[in-house]
Amino acid sequence: MNFDFSEDQHEIKRTARDLLGQRSTLAKVREAAEGKSYDDALWKELVELGWPGIAVSEEHGGQGLGAVELAILCEELGYALAASPFLATVMAAEAIGAAGTAEQQARWLPGLASGEITGALGGASQLVNDADAAAVIVLVGDDGVVRLLPREQADVTVVDSIDPTRRAARVAGEGETLGNGGHDGLDRATVAVSAELVGVGQRALEMTLAYVKDRRQFDTPVGAYQAVSHKCAQMLKDTEGARSATYYAAWAADAGDDGPGLAEPASLAKSAASDGIRDVTANAIQAHGGIGFTWEADVHWFYKRAQVDAALLGGSGLHRRRLIALVGARLAGTAA
Amino acid sequence: MDLTFSDAEAQFRDELRAWFESNDPGEMPEGDDAGYAWRRDWQKRLAADRYAAVHWPEQYGGRGATITQSAIFFEELGRARRPLPANVLGILLAGPTIMTFGTDEQKDRYLAPILTGDEIWCQGFSEPDAGSDLASLKTKAVKDGDEWVITGQKVWTSGAQYSKWCMLVARTDFDAPKHKGLTYFLMDMEQPGVQVRPLVQITGEPEFNELFIEGARIPDENVLGGVGNGWRVALTTLMNERSGLAFFLQVRLRQLLDELIEEAAARGLLDDPIVADRLGYLHTKAEILRLTAYRGLTTIEKYGTPGPEGSLTKWMWSETNQELVQFAADLLGPEALISGEKWAYELLRARGNTIEGGTTEILKNIVAERVLGLPRLKAVTA
Ligand SMILES: Cc1cc2nc3c(=O)[nH]c(=O)nc-3n(C[C@H](O)[C@H](O)[C@H](O)COP(=O)(O)OP(=O)(O)OC[C@H]3O[C@@H](n4cnc5c(N)ncnc54)[C@H](O)[C@@H]3O)c2cc1C
Repeated sequence: MNFDFSEDQHEIKRTARDLLGQRSTLAKVREAAEGKSYDDALWKELVELGWPGIAVSEEHGGQGLGAVELAILCEELGYALAASPFLATVMAAEAIGAAGTAEQQARWLPGLASGEITGALGGASQLVNDADAAAVIVLVGDDGVVRLLPREQADVTVVDSIDPTRRAARVAGEGETLGNGGHDGLDRATVAVSAELVGVGQRALEMTLAYVKDRRQFDTPVGAYQAVSHKCAQMLKDTEGARSATYYAAWAADAGDDGPGLAEPASLAKSAASDGIRDVTANAIQAHGGIGFTWEADVHWFYKRAQVDAALLGGSGLHRRRLIALVGARLAGTAA
Repeated sequence: MDLTFSDAEAQFRDELRAWFESNDPGEMPEGDDAGYAWRRDWQKRLAADRYAAVHWPEQYGGRGATITQSAIFFEELGRARRPLPANVLGILLAGPTIMTFGTDEQKDRYLAPILTGDEIWCQGFSEPDAGSDLASLKTKAVKDGDEWVITGQKVWTSGAQYSKWCMLVARTDFDAPKHKGLTYFLMDMEQPGVQVRPLVQITGEPEFNELFIEGARIPDENVLGGVGNGWRVALTTLMNERSGLAFFLQVRLRQLLDELIEEAAARGLLDDPIVADRLGYLHTKAEILRLTAYRGLTTIEKYGTPGPEGSLTKWMWSETNQELVQFAADLLGPEALISGEKWAYELLRARGNTIEGGTTEILKNIVAERVLGLPRLKAVTA
């Protein structure tokens, strides 16, 4: 057993961290969010590096790496809070790659992998990120059926979500059923969102640590007070817990039939990451005091991203209930 | 990343399953003393086939198991619902500490009877005025010829009533700073001057004790790790305490949760969204614990030292176990509150989880200061 990245995977992580640290500073994120636009230069660069196609098969023009590598990139983009359609695009590609028919794959994957087009994925009654510019939308109907909608068949209404670092929309439309029904594809997309949440939590924790070591009250750094330091310990626990569950799910996605399946691991990751990182980012604001509540401080962007990611593809409540349905059935199976 | 077990690990697991399958100690008898004797017999069976302490080197009767194999051992022990060996503090705490700091003579003398359960060990650290602030302990050791004379009081000493030996930390230098004046002794419990008085716990059982020490004598050769070095030696014991049991406890928690899910299913409650939500929450926390513990294993195997995961698992376990038993009481109703019933016992015993082996507050301090590098609050008094 080796619950750690390979050397190559560590290298991907380091490279992504360095690159985004330079190109996607929080000043850039703010600029994009306040201007309601994406950082186009950044997206161009990610496309040139082949990031959108990292987990798409080589046959369809991708790099043919796996869910673990994709999770690493999603985590780092979350850490940077990058203003880009990356997550929406890879979620659509994951769903189509896992569940699309040969025809659907051949039609959409090359464009998504090369970054020539962007995609989106979400629920019919939910916010769908980046649907306005997407060439293809994977839509989960209220009837549970997963459909594929080329842009011209989708009825897209742009809305402002609380997270202005990304575009949101409501989507309606019929489209065609996604390949085999699509649920394993949704699970793969769920892992990608969970990974982004882990990165968001990691950064919120680090920002908070830096702040509470520096900020003094009563002649003491506030981080020395247990009401604060214990909260930081809790933030680490929540982040690491979400990380454990998410990396496990990414591994399970790649392990295929040799692994534990993806339904339980994906819901576990989403349940852990939604709850955990929402708490982490809320605690981050609390630990920043009044500054944390201002538009000027950056910490609110992380809180907002966490809230929207937590709701994407079902909040933790939905995934907790799904988990128990799965575990209950499993236990009943062994008992019988 | 590869979370499948190696062939060797899988084979070890199969071997353990088969062994536990054909070695069943039966039901635990009623009564503390009978229960203890039963666990001691169980330990002898384990020791006879070198399963009492798989993580010990072969030369001392272990199997030189890797840390992952050791985790597998505890997982399988838990899964087979077999008891922990009686001398759990000897195997997990005293043995490894003696291996790290002991002289050859000490290793030859003490290790073998720990494994067989012929000599049981207890941990004499806490005192009435020194719990979380362990280094402020006052039990005194005064040199007299080539012996030390001990005076003081210990408390919450688990299993002292069955113990032949005690890991005793006492103060040998009252002038030195508090961490520097301590010495770690191996104290014979069967001598005049050592009195054990049972302390009944919240569950009604006397698992721990008070220890009154008045003029007990310890020869020089029973100092472990050098005079004045007691704090360092004690830290090794504490580290083993917080990590060693993790996998067994985690499997126990998993079993309890599965039993609760089955119970809820039997009552047709799994479709109740509130029940399903709460069980899903507990399941998530139990899985996070399991996976974080696994990540910790990899970090230790690869880098030799535990990562942040290592400091988190005892905290995760104790908190989740308490939430689990509390929900069981909510779900099962008054039945879970009938004295002597399983869930009633679990409900009460779990209260100690966030105190024993370092309180949650102390663990949070450790995480904040040593993992996150946050500043330490100046001590209120010198
Ligand atoms: C079931 C059980 C078995 C045990 N077995 C053994 C044993 O075999 N051998 C042994 O030596 N000991 C044993 N103990 C003792 C255990 O290690 C201590 O109880 C524990 O370390 C806490 O010390 P205390 O009881 O003195 O509490 P205190 O230290 O007095 O703590 C009281 C409260 O104050 C909090 N507190 C203390 N200091 C701080 C701080 N710096 N910051 C924030 N909060 C703080 C604590 O978290 C706690 O909530 C056992 C305890 C239990 C419950």
